[in-house]
Amino acid sequence: MLAQTDLAKLIFGRLTLDSLPLHEPIVVYTFVAVAIGGIALLGAITYFRLWGYLWREWFTSIDHKKIGIMYMILGFVMLLRGFSDAIMMRAQQAISFGDSHGYLPPEHYDQIFTAHGVIMIFFVAMPMVTGLMNFVMPLQIGARDVAFPFLNNFSFWMTVAGAMLVMASLFIGEFARTGWLAYPPLSDIVSSPDAGVDYYIWALQIAGVGTLLSGINLLVTIVKMRAPGMTMMKMPVFTWTALCTNVLIVAAFPVLTAVLALLALDRYAGTNFFTTELGGNAMMYVNLIWIWGHPEVYILILPAFGIFSEVTATFSRKPLFGYASMVYATVVITVLSYLVWLHHFFTMGSGASVNSFFGITTMIISIPTGAKIFNWLFTMYRGRVEFQLPMMWTVAFMVTFVIGGMTGVLLAVPPADFSLHNSLFLIAHFHNVIIGGVLFGLFAGITYWFPKAFGFRLDPFWGKCSFWLWVVGFYFAFMPLYVLGLMGVTRRLSHFDDPSLQIWFQIAAFGALLIALGIACNIIQFVVSFRNRDKLRDTTGDPWDGRTLEWSTSSPPPKYNFAFTPLVHDHDAWWMMKKHHYQRPIGGFVPIHMPLNTGAGIIMGGLSFVFGFAMIWYMWLLAAVSFIALLAVAIGHTFNYHRDYYLSSEEVTRTEASRTELLASHV
Amino acid sequence: MSEISTTLPGSGPAKPLAFYDTAEHHPVNGTLLGFWVYLMSDCLVFACLFAAYGVLGREYAGGPTAQEVLELPAVAVNTTLLLLSSITYGFAVLAMQRNRQNPMLVWLVITGLLGAGFITLELREFAHLISIGAGPQRSAFLSSFFTLVGTHGLHVTCGLIWLVVLITQVLRKGLITANKRRLLCLSMFWHFLDVVWVGVFSFVYLMGVLP
Amino acid sequence: MSPSGDLAVQQRNLIITSTVLMLLIIVPVIVLTLLFAWHFRASNKKATYDPDWDHSTILELLIWAAPLLIIIALGAITWVSTHKLDPYRPLERVAAHRPMPAGARPLQVNVVALDWKWLFIYPEQGIATVNELAAPVDRPIQFKITASSVMNSFFIPALAGQIYAMPGMETQLQAVINAPGEFQGFSANYSGHGFSGMHFLFHGVSEEGFAQWVQKAKAGGGDLSREAYVKLAQPSENDPVTYYATVEPGLYRAILTKCVDPESPSCMTRMDLSPHETSDSGVMLQPASTRGMAAMADHPHSD
Repeated sequence: MLAQTDLAKLIFGRLTLDSLPLHEPIVVYTFVAVAIGGIALLGAITYFRLWGYLWREWFTSIDHKKIGIMYMILGFVMLLRGFSDAIMMRAQQAISFGDSHGYLPPEHYDQIFTAHGVIMIFFVAMPMVTGLMNFVMPLQIGARDVAFPFLNNFSFWMTVAGAMLVMASLFIGEFARTGWLAYPPLSDIVSSPDAGVDYYIWALQIAGVGTLLSGINLLVTIVKMRAPGMTMMKMPVFTWTALCTNVLIVAAFPVLTAVLALLALDRYAGTNFFTTELGGNAMMYVNLIWIWGHPEVYILILPAFGIFSEVTATFSRKPLFGYASMVYATVVITVLSYLVWLHHFFTMGSGASVNSFFGITTMIISIPTGAKIFNWLFTMYRGRVEFQLPMMWTVAFMVTFVIGGMTGVLLAVPPADFSLHNSLFLIAHFHNVIIGGVLFGLFAGITYWFPKAFGFRLDPFWGKCSFWLWVVGFYFAFMPLYVLGLMGVTRRLSHFDDPSLQIWFQIAAFGALLIALGIACNIIQFVVSFRNRDKLRDTTGDPWDGRTLEWSTSSPPPKYNFAFTPLVHDHDAWWMMKKHHYQRPIGGFVPIHMPLNTGAGIIMGGLSFVFGFAMIWYMWLLAAVSFIALLAVAIGHTFNYHRDYYLSSEEVTRTEASRTELLASHV
Repeated sequence: MSEISTTLPGSGPAKPLAFYDTAEHHPVNGTLLGFWVYLMSDCLVFACLFAAYGVLGREYAGGPTAQEVLELPAVAVNTTLLLLSSITYGFAVLAMQRNRQNPMLVWLVITGLLGAGFITLELREFAHLISIGAGPQRSAFLSSFFTLVGTHGLHVTCGLIWLVVLITQVLRKGLITANKRRLLCLSMFWHFLDVVWVGVFSFVYLMGVLP
Repeated sequence: MSPSGDLAVQQRNLIITSTVLMLLIIVPVIVLTLLFAWHFRASNKKATYDPDWDHSTILELLIWAAPLLIIIALGAITWVSTHKLDPYRPLERVAAHRPMPAGARPLQVNVVALDWKWLFIYPEQGIATVNELAAPVDRPIQFKITASSVMNSFFIPALAGQIYAMPGMETQLQAVINAPGEFQGFSANYSGHGFSGMHFLFHGVSEEGFAQWVQKAKAGGGDLSREAYVKLAQPSENDPVTYYATVEPGLYRAILTKCVDPESPSCMTRMDLSPHETSDSGVMLQPASTRGMAAMADHPHSD
């Protein structure tokens, strides 16, 4: 027990040995497993002398392709944590009936459902969506990198810092027990005095800075760096959805920053924004957080829609049906997503006219969304559809997502919502659209672009195993929840008294088990694909006979993406180039202007983590020191004007020549 | 040559279509656009704070009211300092565009002094309010007042730090393109803060004091 | 989905109607998806392949118009039903085809969500209960709802929709139970450690049964004074049913305005409390105390 002397408090704040959850066996075993795994991993890297390689080629890289891959890895690792939370919840809810209270006491269960939501949205879905946009979009528009390569690296490490804070909460202190949006008064300093909500606030604020900067970055990239000839209406649809997504990020994340800052002020400085006394108004928090929250889910789904557009056109061997219509639908969805936020709290008592207005705007969003579904349908019509994995995910999405969309429109009718709000019906709805929409889209995109990123395709057999387990597992896991919700069962319960409900929860738990097996197949797929990479090699750079510019590069593309900047004449630029029997240039290359790697991003990310941790534990001295260090590094970095170099024309020639050789040998 | 001739069946004489540009391609610099987009996101943060003030601005909780704590004469001085500082920054940019480094630096220093004066007066106002028991913890009105005005002040302070850094960088490297770009970004930032202050002054001070 | 209260019945009907309307689009979409995927698969050489067909104005018009029409229908239903089923709106009928009798006075029940149990105060009968609610069949009930500390949601699925219970604010729910029985009630908004235990039974009874129930409370119950309330408001879980024969007058009002302890700095004294009746998103109350502002002690309350 640390003596709480003044010096100890100055250094350690409110962090004591009691903050370690040594009395929770599940956490202790998890820690042991993670520690062993972590030491093994670090040991392996050291043994194979990979630290230098990792630092030079990955951690300090400003290359959008590498940063994109790192985002995907972060997302996948956090998926394992977020899904473990899900399995634990399903298990608890399947057994906690009557006299049995399951194996998770409420103080633990309540952290798990909060962490599950926070991790899945902020540290799985967002990084994966950002990662794909990062990797693919610059290639699609014929650019060499994003507008602000250093900022891109910095954004990634800020996201990692936020994720690490959430992971730290598992072993030091506890996480929030408030639900993933931390409504006050439950999240204020009186009802939640411990470190949990503070972990939540700082993890999201730090990651939020990264996301906002990434939004600005990708937005400027699309506006300013498109290849000559690529007018807006000739951009690939994935780039259009990326544009709209980043507009949403820039317009929504500041609201999250502001509202979390106000909550932090209430908790740290005793202000009265959301308190129940001295004039505070908790309803304002609910409004502000959902003004962010609703655009957030569109940030997640729009890139998935873009992926499906690319995949459907490619694998139907037909241009996307109704390009202009798709673009307008995307823009309409973007704008409308700002006019619906109140549907998340119809039951707060805002009055019939206000409720109706937001209910109707919510329904209107289904019109452009429906238009997109029909356009995909008619892209397949009279096409020649190849059922490679990305296309399988797309068909699964189309069936699953429309069910989720339907239940969403149902929830948008306020009097219906009065019975269904916060019930398991709601849970089923949003998992339906997030898994059926975002996750299936991510899987389609990963399978589609994996060969471009790594030079070999993913093993189709294990991919199909994963596919069927995920899809069937999803239906088993969530259809019972619709039934339970209609029966009136509410969410976030850790114990039930009515034994007739148990069978539904057991079915849902079975579904979660199938999904777990699906994830296992994903992992096996990666391992098997890596081991068989020579057999699965993509030598041409165009394994699917694609239509957009990224498929004109090698797999993986060279650092500079394109030896010469492409000139674009129409949509589906690469398809057009192939139709015109495009000949790849093999000489006359010029030196290429490239940005230099930098360690400033990872250092500032690390300092941000320290700062966040210090603020959470009231370690004011460490907080001040780390903050000043952060400022110093940031300002110091601006004194570095030497940010770029020229790649010599000889090196470009060499790289292009080796590709020429590869293409020739493959024929 | 980068052109290739190709004939599509039935399309008549061959039309050369270029698919790549052999000249070195330098994309247009996006820094100013990017900074502008960032400023718009910052504007949204302020919008939320204004909204919070709008909702909570009359929640006195039996404590001091707006009429009691807001002093217009002092704020008029503050506002004058800040608006003047925008004008002096404008003169600095004009000098920069004519590549006259020393006059530009002088105007920047004056801008910095005016900004520092603004912050000093604001800190004094805050200290006074806290000393009479009208600190941010007293009521929701005061919480939102301190946060809105304080966030603006924090931004001005960051602007001042940035100004000092930029002056140093100009002294070291001169008026190179990168520095000019940074000066233009700070210019946008500074004028933006001015606009926000006009909003604060009107919405908080004027509307708070008038009956 | 087995409602026994008129509002819950109307809500269930609404859910069914809306679902059917949407299935009109959803079912064809799912069928077409599977049909097209199957028929136009690459291995089926008999299917027409039209690689350049990517636009059709008529089809586009149809694609946008069909959902639009359904949404217009649904939107109209939404507007009408949201107003009709507004929890604040006094009931116009007892059940389908049974209009509200003239001069019917609703039963008043004040609801307080505590950590982690429900307090029901019957101002006209002068009694209170914890974790048990009763009301006569076919008599309209007017619930006035608040909370002591954090946000909850008052929900009896068989009776009517839910509505949030929030500290320092009052929401309302008008409902009527049409059949006798025992119905589940609980909180539908997570509120902390004891959330899972925060349920109660709602008894729909005849008028005589209700009178007997009130008598039971008056006979066996204690006194819900301010002190007793303060003790009750302490965090506890899975509380047993408790009856109070007498309730200190003005207690609910005091709870709502946070003036149970009149000296508390959070005591507020405004009259108008419902969250939707003002133009901003919530109605706030002002404390009566002016401690801490010695220099301002003689200023009038701003309102």
